[in-house]
Amino acid sequence: MTIADRQYVEFIEVQKSYDGEILVVKNLNLSMRQGEFLTLLGPSGSGKTTTLMMLAGFEAPTHGDIILDGRSISNVPPHKRDIGMVFQNYALFPHMTVEENLAFPLEVRRMPKSEIEEKVRRALAMVRLNEYGKRRPGQLSGGQQQRVALARALVFEPKLVLMDEPLGALDKQLREHMQLEVKHIHQSLGVTVVYVTHDQSEALTMSDRIAVFNDGAIQQLATPNELYERPENSFVAQFIGENNRLPGKVVLVNGAGCTVEVTGGGVVEALTVNVIGVGAQTTLSLRPERVRINPPNGACANVFPARVEELIYLGDHIRARVSACGQRDFVIKVPNAEGGVGLTPGADIAIGWKREDCRALDPS
Amino acid sequence: MPRAGGVERPSRPATQAMVSLATDIVRTADGVPLKVTLRRVDRARKLKAVALVVPLFLFILLSFAIPIGVMLFRAVDNPEIAGALPNTVAELARWNGDELPDEATYAALAGELQAAHKSKTLGLIGKRLNYELPGVRSKIMAIGRAVTKIEAGPYKDAVIGIDPMLGERRLWTVIKSAGEPYTIFYLLSALDFERTQDGDIVNVSADRAIFRDVFLRTMGISMTVTLATLVLGFPVAYLLASLPARTSNLLMILVLLPFWTSLLVRTTAWVVLLQTEGVVNDALMLLGFVDERLQLIFSRFGTIVAMTHIQLPFTLLPIYSVMKTISPTHVRAARSLGAGPFVAFWRIYFPQTVPGIAAGCLLTFILSLGYYITPALVGGPTDQMVSSFVAIYTNMELNWGMASALGAILLAATLVLYLLYNRLIGIDKLKLG
Ligand SMILES: Nc1ncnc2c1ncn2[C@@H]1O[C@H](COP(=O)(O)OP(=O)(O)OP(=O)(O)O)[C@@H](O)[C@H]1O
Ligand SMILES: [Mg+2]
Repeated sequence: MTIADRQYVEFIEVQKSYDGEILVVKNLNLSMRQGEFLTLLGPSGSGKTTTLMMLAGFEAPTHGDIILDGRSISNVPPHKRDIGMVFQNYALFPHMTVEENLAFPLEVRRMPKSEIEEKVRRALAMVRLNEYGKRRPGQLSGGQQQRVALARALVFEPKLVLMDEPLGALDKQLREHMQLEVKHIHQSLGVTVVYVTHDQSEALTMSDRIAVFNDGAIQQLATPNELYERPENSFVAQFIGENNRLPGKVVLVNGAGCTVEVTGGGVVEALTVNVIGVGAQTTLSLRPERVRINPPNGACANVFPARVEELIYLGDHIRARVSACGQRDFVIKVPNAEGGVGLTPGADIAIGWKREDCRALDPS
Repeated sequence: MPRAGGVERPSRPATQAMVSLATDIVRTADGVPLKVTLRRVDRARKLKAVALVVPLFLFILLSFAIPIGVMLFRAVDNPEIAGALPNTVAELARWNGDELPDEATYAALAGELQAAHKSKTLGLIGKRLNYELPGVRSKIMAIGRAVTKIEAGPYKDAVIGIDPMLGERRLWTVIKSAGEPYTIFYLLSALDFERTQDGDIVNVSADRAIFRDVFLRTMGISMTVTLATLVLGFPVAYLLASLPARTSNLLMILVLLPFWTSLLVRTTAWVVLLQTEGVVNDALMLLGFVDERLQLIFSRFGTIVAMTHIQLPFTLLPIYSVMKTISPTHVRAARSLGAGPFVAFWRIYFPQTVPGIAAGCLLTFILSLGYYITPALVGGPTDQMVSSFVAIYTNMELNWGMASALGAILLAATLVLYLLYNRLIGIDKLKLG
């Protein structure tokens, strides 16, 4: 193993239970490179915060081990772990000014006063809040508080920074702005970041890799692109982006491809991804933008008649709800190209898609 | 009635004439200027607000503000001598105080003492003069009886003949100053000062000085109790605030238990526990910690224990409710930033509890200043606080001036402490939750 690909953070078979009855984290195995931006994404209650808290040292794993930079940290108390943390509600100290907040981690490390001042000044400049040092957190806007929290987690130059839904409380515009800012800081400082969110677009834009959590377990750990294009199970397909789900039964497996008899009617050619074998139940996943309307002959392996039920105008594209394959809420995204889409509600059309765009996943 | 502006306007010529710049005034749909309507709406709202507070306001006025005003007035009010000996007092206004008053003054005194003897108000005069000249009361009664025998002047020698005291300047000085409508005599006495014959203010002799001690003791006991409740209550409040709701509710009931029993019951319970033959002494003897029984009750110790017990919830509750509002993530954040458990507590958690500590301690301190029953029941003779002297003066001595003066000084001392507190901590920082 070379230095370059040595793992910086490792969870080894970590389990966590609060009450001795339910495992909120189930057999977690996860490793991260130094400098990586990893996002934990998942619905509420899926164990993201718990995972983060175990890494930060506020919760002890019930089983398993956590390795940081080659050292097990089970017996290291939180204040000795040197991990910066941004809390969901910022957790700025209300009785201290912004400068005092930033100086706190340096003071407890007994740095000389002049060095503290210099570092605080630089940290404020980094988040562009130079003028706000003398204010109390209560006198700042949400976005400013957020930036102070970020600066405070970074000012003592930790190698690893944890962020628990740091942008959750901001409005959409500010959130998008801060996403870029966090990303920018990550790139310029080269810190390793573990980021928690349940906003999938945030996860997709910021992360090097995303771990999709559900029910205390990682469903898939992959790059954003891979997660969207090649979900490995129906939870991920459903959670990341939009998809059409067609339940059915596998009738033939042929290497990478398979044939599925859809419950609502029709036989579909799909990619074998997560099926047990012939005769098994499956869910076909199909992205709405990969469905073509009235495809030319031979262009698609799967072609079915459909009826347009509803059209929703969304500016850059149009969402068409059609009934096809026994489903009344089959969704198609049609780009709003020049000359319109030429669909009218009630019209009978043909829809089609390629085999590679349709993935046979586990039944859900 | 038509509501359209054009039709409406002619029916309001007066308004039209008064408002010369009619076009500039914004009107509602029926032509009334907007400001008038607004004021009307506002007035109704204000009336409602006033109606809501009036009962409490009157109650506080009657039961709090007026009594305090009366008390402050009584502390300087001085009606007895001016009422009973008006002529003598009037004559004394001319007196320069260097030698004895003149014949006219003696005549006035003799006449008024005769009248007082007849109307049986001599006792009042005696009692009032007795405050300033201890022992003078019985003499005044005797003089009053004797003076009726004098039928005609000159009075001066005859009166002095009854009692040589009447030939001394001291008595006359006292009558003169006691005859003024307002006096600082009570306030001076309440601080162990007195006036000499020449009007200088000096300390009373050591054997008669009690009140400075009493005030210091009152402050001392109150501070000790406040400190004890803080030391005992803070950790409990911390525990309550950090426990899950179900457990903390149960514990909270235990904390509030003292509120549910009467003060008298609680205090007497301490007597049972702490007396020389009581449970605590039994236990100490049994365990061999002490060789002879301790004097736990009827002492300063007993007073402070019983008062601390009663005051504990008052200190604890504001601290608890402030702690409840402190987010636990603050301490976590401090830990993640590199602070050990103690530093995180001391620099992050504790400063945020200060407003609650301030509120709780202020409450307990001020309530403790007024304690009366508890020291009376479980304290020794040297543990009585200002309130018991106020009670003695009101109930037994019927000396309202003295009672009021003690109350006024306690009030002033409390206000001074309050201002000091405001300067040091800031009253706006006070938080009850
Ligand atoms: N201190 C605790 N005691 C008991 N159970 C807890 C505790 N903290 C979390 N849990 C439970 O553990 C599970 C996972 O919680 P966790 O906070 O990790 O979820 P999350 O993924 O961060 O969710 P969210 O997106 O809502 O923040 C939940 O079912 C929660 O009820
Ligand atoms: Mg969470």
